[in-house]
Amino acid sequence: MFKNRFVVFTVAFLPLILTALPLGILYAAGSAGDLGGMTEDMPASFSQVCDGLEGDDCTRYFFVSQFLLLFMLMPLAIPVTIASYSIIGEKTRRTLEPVLATPITTVELLTGKALAAAVPAVIATWVAFGIFLLGSALLSVGPAVMSRLTEPLWLMAVLLVGPLLALAAVSVAMMVSSRANDPRVAEQLSMLVILPLLALFFGQIAGLILVNERLILWMAFVLVLIDAGLIAFAVQLFQRETILTRWK
Amino acid sequence: MIRIEGLSKRFDQTVAVDDLWLEVEPGEVFGFLGPNGAGKTTTIRLLSGLIGPSGGRAWVAGYQLGQDDTALRRQVGILTETPGLYDTLSAERNLSFFAELYGIEDIAAQVERYLRMLGLWNRRSEPTGTFSRGMRQRLAIARALIHEPQVLFLDEPTTGLDPEAAHLVRDFIAGLKGQGRTIFICTHNLDEADRLCDRIGVFNTRLLALDTPAALRREIFGRTVVFHLATVQPTFQTTIEGFPFVKSVKAVDAKLVVTLDNPEIHNPALVAALVHDGAEVQFVGELRRSLEDVYMHLVGSQRGESPS
Repeated sequence: MFKNRFVVFTVAFLPLILTALPLGILYAAGSAGDLGGMTEDMPASFSQVCDGLEGDDCTRYFFVSQFLLLFMLMPLAIPVTIASYSIIGEKTRRTLEPVLATPITTVELLTGKALAAAVPAVIATWVAFGIFLLGSALLSVGPAVMSRLTEPLWLMAVLLVGPLLALAAVSVAMMVSSRANDPRVAEQLSMLVILPLLALFFGQIAGLILVNERLILWMAFVLVLIDAGLIAFAVQLFQRETILTRWK
Repeated sequence: MIRIEGLSKRFDQTVAVDDLWLEVEPGEVFGFLGPNGAGKTTTIRLLSGLIGPSGGRAWVAGYQLGQDDTALRRQVGILTETPGLYDTLSAERNLSFFAELYGIEDIAAQVERYLRMLGLWNRRSEPTGTFSRGMRQRLAIARALIHEPQVLFLDEPTTGLDPEAAHLVRDFIAGLKGQGRTIFICTHNLDEADRLCDRIGVFNTRLLALDTPAALRREIFGRTVVFHLATVQPTFQTTIEGFPFVKSVKAVDAKLVVTLDNPEIHNPALVAALVHDGAEVQFVGELRRSLEDVYMHLVGSQRGESPS
């Protein structure tokens, strides 16, 4: 799987790009001189996000917090590439039938496929977040902003919601992969799973949504329910006979 | 080892397998012959627990289809139509992956055993994408055997192989005979079936014939003896036709082609009669009908074509 160049690109480069982006924002905000005055012209949500931070610290944190959701985008986008290839890719390469002929059950097969897709995505996200924190410290953002970047909101988003999002993405991608006839189509359809998060991202930028600890906890709770439903549905959708006899 | 009772499989309106009754004994090598689209692969998939039947029942290695297919699959090895190997993985890793799926304890030893047995040990570390078609097929056979199944299904094991590679694969399958394992071969290669199989079933959606290759030849064509003569006179044919045990006589060039049931007993009388009539008998031999003749006769008859 990791010898597939596109998969390697997604697992390795997507986290790099999505980590470099907020670091770049932090760097740009740090070298823009006196930013404190900008706070006076910002919307109300600005002060809500800053919540105790003042001047340059507030501005830096406000801008960088807009990209918090990118660390939740990684566990959604990365496993889709792997998982959407997992069933249809094996079918088109004719490697699926020998696997289905072994004594493994559907649940075991899908669990293996899901872990193979989700674990690299979660690890890549965590490593990317670690690099982001390290980079932030190196950019001398100051103790107040650093303290905000490591508060429960960020840690829950990356460490708790991230894996749950990865599981949701993998379940959707495997469902699509079990029904699609082409790996590219499966991937494109599966990528639609990132749309709700993108809506959240743009909602936050537009000041319509405030991402706080309460929202993250609600997301985690809802995702647990969604994941359970998606996994059960994915197992139901996986029909060995259909896959072997109806796919061309 | 395999018992099939009225097995059938439909895909929407298409009947792939129709009321199949068959029993294959432990240790038997069984050939399943039929044209493309006859339902051979579907039958193998049914018997391997990969797909469910539309009707009927079957037992493989003591397990009834649809009752405990996971346990059934543990006792069954299958060589699929295409090798289906992971091209970027080495031969060794391809086998060890499947050995893990089958829960084999000493994976390294079992993998080495089969790589050596199939002559792939020296290439074990190379990605299978670099292998020739014959090597890939041998590795796929090793994969089908890695868990020591009681029943081995081979779907077109030599199709697409060059003669040398096909010979290697055939020799290996022949070497598996007598190990107590039941082998079920789907093939288009009638010569292969003739050489390898204890019994054959000619199948085209339904079973058209079932017996040993020799018995099928005898049943359909009888036994044919060719008398090579210096010259053929019309009286010779009349003389031979006068024997009650002779089924048919045909003069072809300087030969008399005679169909009868028991040449070992009746040939001396025929030779004596011909010599008595003045024939100069140069040579007597049996015309061995090929399995292809039997196959063409059966499949052609089913299609409504006049048998040759």
